[in-house]
Amino acid sequence: MTIQPLLSVKDIRKTYGGRIGCTDVSFDLYPGEVMGIVGESGSGKSTLLNCMAGHLPPDSGQVLFDTRDRGMVDTLTMSEPERRMLSRTDWAFVHQHARDGLRMGVSAGGNVGERLMAVGARHYGNIRTQAIDWLDRVEINEDRVDDKPSAFSGGMQQRLQIARNLVTGPRLVFMDEPTGGLDVSVQARLLDLLRGLVREMGLSAIIVTHDLAVVRLLADRLMVMKSGHVVEHGLTDQVLDDPQHAYTQLLVSSVLQV
Amino acid sequence: MTQTLPQTRPMIRIEDVSKSFTLHNQGSAVIPVMQGATFDVMPGECVALTGNSGAGKSTLMRMIYGNYLSASGHIWVGETDVATAEPREIIALRRATLGYVSQFLRVVPRVPTLEVVAEPLLTVGVDKEVAFAKARDLLSRLNIPETLWGLSPTTFSGGEQQRVNIARGFAHDYPAMLLDEPTASLDATNRETVLSLIEEAKARGAAIIGIFHDAPARERVADREINVSAFTPAKAA
Repeated sequence: MTIQPLLSVKDIRKTYGGRIGCTDVSFDLYPGEVMGIVGESGSGKSTLLNCMAGHLPPDSGQVLFDTRDRGMVDTLTMSEPERRMLSRTDWAFVHQHARDGLRMGVSAGGNVGERLMAVGARHYGNIRTQAIDWLDRVEINEDRVDDKPSAFSGGMQQRLQIARNLVTGPRLVFMDEPTGGLDVSVQARLLDLLRGLVREMGLSAIIVTHDLAVVRLLADRLMVMKSGHVVEHGLTDQVLDDPQHAYTQLLVSSVLQV
Repeated sequence: MTQTLPQTRPMIRIEDVSKSFTLHNQGSAVIPVMQGATFDVMPGECVALTGNSGAGKSTLMRMIYGNYLSASGHIWVGETDVATAEPREIIALRRATLGYVSQFLRVVPRVPTLEVVAEPLLTVGVDKEVAFAKARDLLSRLNIPETLWGLSPTTFSGGEQQRVNIARGFAHDYPAMLLDEPTASLDATNRETVLSLIEEAKARGAAIIGIFHDAPARERVADREINVSAFTPAKAA
């Protein structure tokens, strides 16, 4: 196959003092692929995500991204303005806590519109129309467009954060526990929504979670981390149905059956 | 590549496949479950896997679908060797070439039945109208009342869910199909419909591997039986 990866991660290593955050992580992500990263707290999955997304500087390694104008570029050595532009256009980051990804003092419509303005949209009417369209896509009623996110429920805040992130049509979305801390019924709705959007927009995504049901539903591929190392990697249902590594077997067998 | 008649080349080729499970958390017990599995399935042919419970019928099916890892050997489905393929190659294979009707519907919350059935067609790029027409046709043939089509199958009875699952499995004309007990617990009318669907799939050239505990059904649709006990490793001394 001659398809070029969208993201190519090479030998990422991050230590905190003498402690390993994550090490020896390498993989390619192809256009339209959704990859899950699972592991218990402290396994290094969030460290890895933050290194890839440019929120944390890794000690070594490369995060190559297939940019629109220059092809494969190491985002870790990009200039700061270039990386900032990337994170507003082709990249998106959905935080576990919506308040980390939203501006709580700005209206829902403003939260969505702000990202459009950051990439140069100036016409107020267009921005508002697009914002309302996106609120509708994430199932937030138009009459809430002028309300602040602080007046929203947790599930609505999370959907608003997704709208804010996807409005610029990114190609790669990083998600950190996107359904963490939500009610099960709200989770189901959010998952269904994410699944639909990923399909429709042909997004590539990297989802960090500890919830195996979430990755089963959303991810094509799965990476299992333990103590900063990748211990297993493969097709999602293969890793879950026929886990090879001792830790993955423990993880899968520890899930309560409903 | 030279032009060959479709009948002359197997659609599925299993070559010396083996499998063992290592239970790391139970004293690292290694359980060999399969060795030397070898057979072909031609286009338009239906092969029934037989053997006692625990002989490895389902294990072999899962290895062909790629959710169990093969320890060695090759599993060719069309041009893809499932035993060694990358995840994205297996996903592409499942999308267009290899269908699997399992015994249970894995229900995605909130998605209406009609969409559940049409989805395999939509993902291969079939026009929405055509996909939904096919889905409606299958749901009617399998006697799912039209009043249920707009609802999520989450709340359906077991039998209804199974029929939705079959409709979904037969929506796209896969060149290769795996059927795990497709007629289990169906009434006579629906059983007849499912057997017709299998015969139609064979007639259009699909290569099928199935597990049928329903012996009359097996005799009707299967061209050949393969007893998987032949691939069970001898008990270690």
